[in-house]
Amino acid sequence: MDRVEKSCKNSAGVRQNRALAVWRQFRRNKGAMIGLIITAALILLAVSADFIWDYETDVIGMNIADRMISPGTKYLFGTDNYGRDMLARVGYGARYSLVIGAVSVLFGLFVGVPIGTSAGYLGGRYDTIIMRMIDAFSIVPSILLTILMVTVLGTSLLNLMIALAISTIPIFARITRASVLTVRYNEYIESAKAIGASDFYIITKYIIPNCFSPILVQATLRMGTNIISAAGLSYIGLGVALPTPEWGALLSASKQFIIQAPYLCFFPGLAIMITVMSINLVGDGLRDALDPKLKR
Amino acid sequence: MFYDGNVSAERKEEKKQSKYAIDVENLRVRYETSSEVVMAVNGIDLQLKRGVTLGIVGETGAGKTTSMLSLMNLIETPPGVVEADHIYVNGTDVQRLSAAELCRIRGNEIAMIFQDPMTSLNPVMKVGEQISESIMLHGRVSKKDAMERAARMLEIVGISPSRASEYPHQFSGGMRQRVGIAIALACKPEILIADEPTTALDVTIQAQVLKLMKQLKTEYGTSMILITHDLGVVARMCDEVAVMYAGRIVEQGTLKQIFNETLHPYTEGLFNSLPNIHNRVASLKPIPGLMPDPANLPQGCAFAKRCPYAAQACYAEQPARKTYEDGHSVWCTAYRDAEFHIKRKG
Repeated sequence: MDRVEKSCKNSAGVRQNRALAVWRQFRRNKGAMIGLIITAALILLAVSADFIWDYETDVIGMNIADRMISPGTKYLFGTDNYGRDMLARVGYGARYSLVIGAVSVLFGLFVGVPIGTSAGYLGGRYDTIIMRMIDAFSIVPSILLTILMVTVLGTSLLNLMIALAISTIPIFARITRASVLTVRYNEYIESAKAIGASDFYIITKYIIPNCFSPILVQATLRMGTNIISAAGLSYIGLGVALPTPEWGALLSASKQFIIQAPYLCFFPGLAIMITVMSINLVGDGLRDALDPKLKR
Repeated sequence: MFYDGNVSAERKEEKKQSKYAIDVENLRVRYETSSEVVMAVNGIDLQLKRGVTLGIVGETGAGKTTSMLSLMNLIETPPGVVEADHIYVNGTDVQRLSAAELCRIRGNEIAMIFQDPMTSLNPVMKVGEQISESIMLHGRVSKKDAMERAARMLEIVGISPSRASEYPHQFSGGMRQRVGIAIALACKPEILIADEPTTALDVTIQAQVLKLMKQLKTEYGTSMILITHDLGVVARMCDEVAVMYAGRIVEQGTLKQIFNETLHPYTEGLFNSLPNIHNRVASLKPIPGLMPDPANLPQGCAFAKRCPYAAQACYAEQPARKTYEDGHSVWCTAYRDAEFHIKRKG
């Protein structure tokens, strides 16, 4: 009886234990921890950007006297052709990139995962119709699709996120359906049906948790890709407009000075690279830590 | 000790009226694919009395599992097509039930132990949770109470309750099968279907699992259907036996009737292909040939081609059921001749 009680106490803390176990596993992975620290720092930077710099004066305010100063002690990242501190501009830009990446991926997950799950689980004609629509959708290269949508909707931060999210949906729908198909014919799904679990219960408790890893990894990779796409769109003038310090827009504005002032391109580019890389490192680490089969 | 399912008064009434735990008439299951139609089950009748263990014996592909899955309405349609005059489980026609009503019956009144313990547990869920979910699905029990019952179930099947918070991959095959049994029994079902519960286990664990199942059966009076192709398991566990071949029952009777008064040539063949403990050097006599392709069944008796007694009539028509006074049934055309008997009996 003693043992029974003890195990019940254990089970009360099941949720906490699981989170703790995942965290322990995650912590062992050096790359993932570096990625997590950088990502956390970037998020902190994005959240507190308004306290560090004043948007009107530091970020978009011009200061012609200090224009085109190379990186040094006064201006760590140098200044641009209007004399704006690049450190402030690149730092403030973290906010745009992270928000664009996160929102577009979350929206894509929100729509794509239910589509893929229902198609994979229900199968039959429904699956065929839905997946052919998704196929038709993804024939158009995603960057082209995004450009098209931004052109139709008009250029703004919100429209950029919507466009990226929509071009992300087919990817999540596909990958979810594929992993649902590998899971749904397992005997444990049948045994769940045999104990009287409803379809909805099976999908939420059995199918999705077992498909979680590939979706999560895809989500982090996609966040990186979407940040790059957003920067690319801003670069060609279809994303966030200047003087907003979005990293792609910064690159675009700096390209004419690439010979005289290469640092103007260097820092926004480096920021994009570090952000995307650290997010991917976190995703990889999470995938390893969440897989119960890898636990020792 | 167990959770008592929340069964409505109407359901209880229905149950009382039915003498049989399972009553199936003329069950036919086929799988239709674009290239062929596989006739998996071709008209079986099955009555399972309460508290009785019925063994279903037959070689791989005889339709044992398919017929059991259709009792729980678990056949995927399409490609499966299930037809029957009726399938009464506990007095309820499962073919007429809605999805929600089916969910209420599955696990609560009729539960199943699956063949392969390596794949029948959810790899991302702790075993304690997997046992407790069956309890939670069938009644308003708090998570804590359900986990407590799950821990007790583990203890009943001989696993330390402290391991409730471990994942299936941390268990050995035999322990996983016992977890499967714990899940199946968690709601104290009236009917238990065990689909080759010991096939994937090694012999020592087999004995443990069988002992456990027998013990639970006598304790709770569960009606049980045991699918197996191991005649030793049948001899140990079952009260009644049905022998299946190519989607049909070919012989049915009590354990004693099947083992000692064998009627059907196929059953005889099964016994002949067992090693003989009294004559260890004797070579086995396997049944020659293979079971016919279920997508291309012959017009007459499906066993005729392999049957040493086959006559012209066997190839022409389906054998009819012949039931003796003691309840022993056989589906074999040869028994139209009252003088006919197989070698084993003589």
